[in-house]
Amino acid sequence: MAAAESYPDDLKYHREHDWARIEGDEATLGITWYAQDSLGELVHYEPPDEGSTLSKDGPYGEVESVKAVSDLISPLSGEVLAVNRKVVDEPETVNEDPYGDGWLVRVRIGDPSEVDGLLDAESYRKLLAEQ
Amino acid sequence: MKLIYERSEAGRRASALPTYDLPAVQVPEELRRTEPPRLPEVAEPELVRHFTELSSRNFGIDTGFYPLGSCTMKYNPRVNERVVALPGFRDLHPLQEEDGIQGALELEWRLQEILAEVCGLDAVSLQPAAGSQGELTGLLLMRAYFADRGELEQRRKIVIPDTAHGTNPASVTMTGFELTGVKTDARGNIDVEDLRAKVDERTAGLMLTNPSTLGLFDEHVEEIAAIFHDAGALMYYDGANLNAVCGISRPGDMGFDIVHINLHKTFSQPHGGGGPGGGPIAVRKSLEPFLPVPAIVREGDVFRLDYDRPRSIGKVRGYTGPFGVFVRSYAFIRAYGPALKEMSEVAVLNANYLLARLKGAYELPFDRLCMHEFVLSARRLKREHGTSALDVAKRLMDYGFHPPTVYFPLIVPEALMIEPTETEAKETLDAFCEAMLAIAREAKDQPELLKEAPHARPVRRLDEVKAAKRAVVKYGFEEHPDLSIGAAEATAVEAPKGV
Amino acid sequence: MTHPYLSLTDADRDEMLAAIGVASIDELFREIPTGVRFSRALDLEPALSEQEIVEHLERLAAKNVHTGVELSFLGAGMYDHYVPAVVDAVLSRGEFLTAYTPYQPEMSQGVLQAIFEYQTAICELTGMDVSNASGYDGTTVAADACFVAKHVTGRSKVVLCEALNPQVRQVVKTYAPGFGLDVVEVPHRGGTTDPDELRVAARDAACVIFQQPNFFGCLEPAPDLAAAANDAEALAVAHVDPISLGVLEAPGRYGCALAIGEGQGAGNYLSYGGPHYGFLAARSEFIRRMPGRIVGETVDAAGERGYVLTLQTREQHIRREKATSNITTNQTLLALAGLVYLTWLGPQGLRELGETCMALGEYAKERLGLPLLFPERATFKEFAVRVGRSGRDAIREARSQGVHPGYALGRDYEGLDDALLVCVTEKRSPADIDRLAEVLGR
Repeated sequence: MAAAESYPDDLKYHREHDWARIEGDEATLGITWYAQDSLGELVHYEPPDEGSTLSKDGPYGEVESVKAVSDLISPLSGEVLAVNRKVVDEPETVNEDPYGDGWLVRVRIGDPSEVDGLLDAESYRKLLAEQ
Repeated sequence: MKLIYERSEAGRRASALPTYDLPAVQVPEELRRTEPPRLPEVAEPELVRHFTELSSRNFGIDTGFYPLGSCTMKYNPRVNERVVALPGFRDLHPLQEEDGIQGALELEWRLQEILAEVCGLDAVSLQPAAGSQGELTGLLLMRAYFADRGELEQRRKIVIPDTAHGTNPASVTMTGFELTGVKTDARGNIDVEDLRAKVDERTAGLMLTNPSTLGLFDEHVEEIAAIFHDAGALMYYDGANLNAVCGISRPGDMGFDIVHINLHKTFSQPHGGGGPGGGPIAVRKSLEPFLPVPAIVREGDVFRLDYDRPRSIGKVRGYTGPFGVFVRSYAFIRAYGPALKEMSEVAVLNANYLLARLKGAYELPFDRLCMHEFVLSARRLKREHGTSALDVAKRLMDYGFHPPTVYFPLIVPEALMIEPTETEAKETLDAFCEAMLAIAREAKDQPELLKEAPHARPVRRLDEVKAAKRAVVKYGFEEHPDLSIGAAEATAVEAPKGV
Repeated sequence: MTHPYLSLTDADRDEMLAAIGVASIDELFREIPTGVRFSRALDLEPALSEQEIVEHLERLAAKNVHTGVELSFLGAGMYDHYVPAVVDAVLSRGEFLTAYTPYQPEMSQGVLQAIFEYQTAICELTGMDVSNASGYDGTTVAADACFVAKHVTGRSKVVLCEALNPQVRQVVKTYAPGFGLDVVEVPHRGGTTDPDELRVAARDAACVIFQQPNFFGCLEPAPDLAAAANDAEALAVAHVDPISLGVLEAPGRYGCALAIGEGQGAGNYLSYGGPHYGFLAARSEFIRRMPGRIVGETVDAAGERGYVLTLQTREQHIRREKATSNITTNQTLLALAGLVYLTWLGPQGLRELGETCMALGEYAKERLGLPLLFPERATFKEFAVRVGRSGRDAIREARSQGVHPGYALGRDYEGLDDALLVCVTEKRSPADIDRLAEVLGR
């Protein structure tokens, strides 16, 4: 069952349709409702290795539906602490709950100043409206 | 229906082999097969019934109209099957000595000469196994050509328009080049201004399908060729749409240096449900030294395999290529001779006739005369009635037609790419138009008819998402899963289907 | 006069031109710039009638010396195995023959299910988890395997055994610069590959490709070769003869990552080298790196079983420049022939066929009485002998007596000018072998 459209106010957003939930010096990353809706039902998640390093704006993995492949773009630099195994096994979790059970990785934030450069929910919604 | 493995019964077999009274020979124990492969065990009658039943669940050009855009599904003459089965061709070993293959070499040499004339170029290699391998070979020729001139390090970029087949960018990656995209203008031609900004001394070449996958002849092709040649770069012609222009306009005369020809499209090799094909390449004189070995050459009345080509890129496939494909295509061309031009003319006439009849009911993104195919958009049906190009495609099946290519080219939303070919009768074209027009009406009045289509095929709409999520790619015997458990809806996917 | 392959009458054409709103066919081409319009007739020979086509091609075919007129012991990668009538019968069905790739599954359940059955047969033969729907031939699947290995391992060296078919090695070398691969060859030692030497060569390699039975017909110590590759964390790739897999162990059971091969001998005619099919199968962990089409099982809207092309995001029409391969056209019809053939044989037939080829091989070695090139090695279907003179001379002499005695190894291997590779399939009876012995003897 697909989730209803939403862009929670407590998250930070990247213009490539990725989100970050900042919790101290750690962050949880995922893709937005808009991203999962354009891809359709996900059938595969190719995660990064735990312990690997993400660089801001760089690709860190892939998600696939039957008709498309999308690079996952990291909103922040950091080190991968955990990969969501539930999404590896059941990729459709992202469609069902993109901001909850459908998170993709947890990272230790490499450069806290990068957080300020991300969009808030209102700016991201504005960006979508322009598309 | 059952899988052949589900018809299997231990103790049955379809073969009786010759037995010779010879001592048995043992395989060394460490190399010996431990468990036999679970191949089917059926007697011959059951074998024939199984595959006949399978064939009844398949649709070919022999079954009916197959307007799959960019695939050139024309009638495959039966005489070609007769000649390919002549023992002199069928039972000929590719490593036979040269005096025992003179007929094969003569046929290959003759086909090379014909393709050179049709393409307006100087030399041909028949070796590539398919169009995509022709592309790869052509790009390897570019590498060799620039390496020979000391420019390989410098020339990294291949320019490809946004209408291109996916094979073009994939071939670019596989040959170590970098991709540069170029846009399409409002008339469906390459955007020449965009192009100018992207071609420089780092450019190796252009890959272009002309007419394009929109079915449109690029009106600026001479200017485009000049831009590339002035920059010292090469022009590659993707011959997927050559069926539009035989005897009408030749790639070599358009300025292309390398061409691949899809023998299974233009020259009627039956495609066999996915292959075989043939992808010969034709090149300008300056590229001939780099062609694959062996070259097939004529010396007086004798034909030879020439391996002495020191600058050759090497071999791209075993032996001299898919010979049976050459026999069929050669026979096909000999049935036309110079009237290949009429073949292309009628292909273009048929396409324009369909276009004229359908453009009122579907959107036409580029309102021009088309060549051998054209692209409509079902965007309006989708917006107004929620019925997509995919739904139109599935509904066409109920009318007895194979659907066109859908969701390609990528620049046209809800694309329906229609290619009738030259072999269809006007009555068939009319019946197809009636079906397309009826479907446009159904979309308005009974959209569910489309969304739930097909209704008249051996299976209903198939669930592609389920197949991708749980990849069951072989029979599992005792452990074979039952995928019908939990089946709710079948999700077919709106992604490119065709080309 | 209307051409027999065209269906429009003159009246049809006039009506259609009127509907389009142009005065002539020529006007349909008005958007082609005049500078690139072709202004003369194509310089091709005049059209032939069907009867004339047959006569012309019969004349060409008659200039070839095929296995029906010459007693042939030529193999070296292409094999004169018997092709049963059921293969011809199935392949002549227009529903299979004249179909395109099964993009629309509801129109193409026949070929999709057949490919699924083919994939199953290849997995059973090789002991692998996943097979694609076929590659072009036994050479290009080797290049495909290298591309898979490069992406899986991130390494760019590939190791080829010298006893791998020279045609296969040449094709890999042609593809290598584009893929960014360095090709290293490991020499054979007395007809087979030395596992220790291979282990050293495999260091930092993406993959190792060996052939079983190898080009000389010799049985490689395949499990040891696979172990040598695995020790170096290189993918072990076995290039196997499907006909041998009733008697020889499946590569999946001795540690190979991929199994590839030429399918011609299993259900395809020689056809002067093509079209045939190449097969490529792998362990399940590599499924997303596989090149080419793969058919998967699913269900339809009513819950009934059906088949579709699956995992298509690997492929060029979706992933474009990031695709696992550019392949689109494959060899489905020839792979279907392979499936029909393997069904015809069944497991029992496949084993018997392998045993017969081996027994005939041993009989031939003994009957010929010529020194074996690699006397220490067990062989399958083919073996190499020294003929005491140039191999090509021996071939010429034998052919003047209606026998083709085999392949001149000097064509590919230095120092083997006096060696012939002799192939015996089930189509060569002991009496045929006696005849060969008579002709090759001096």
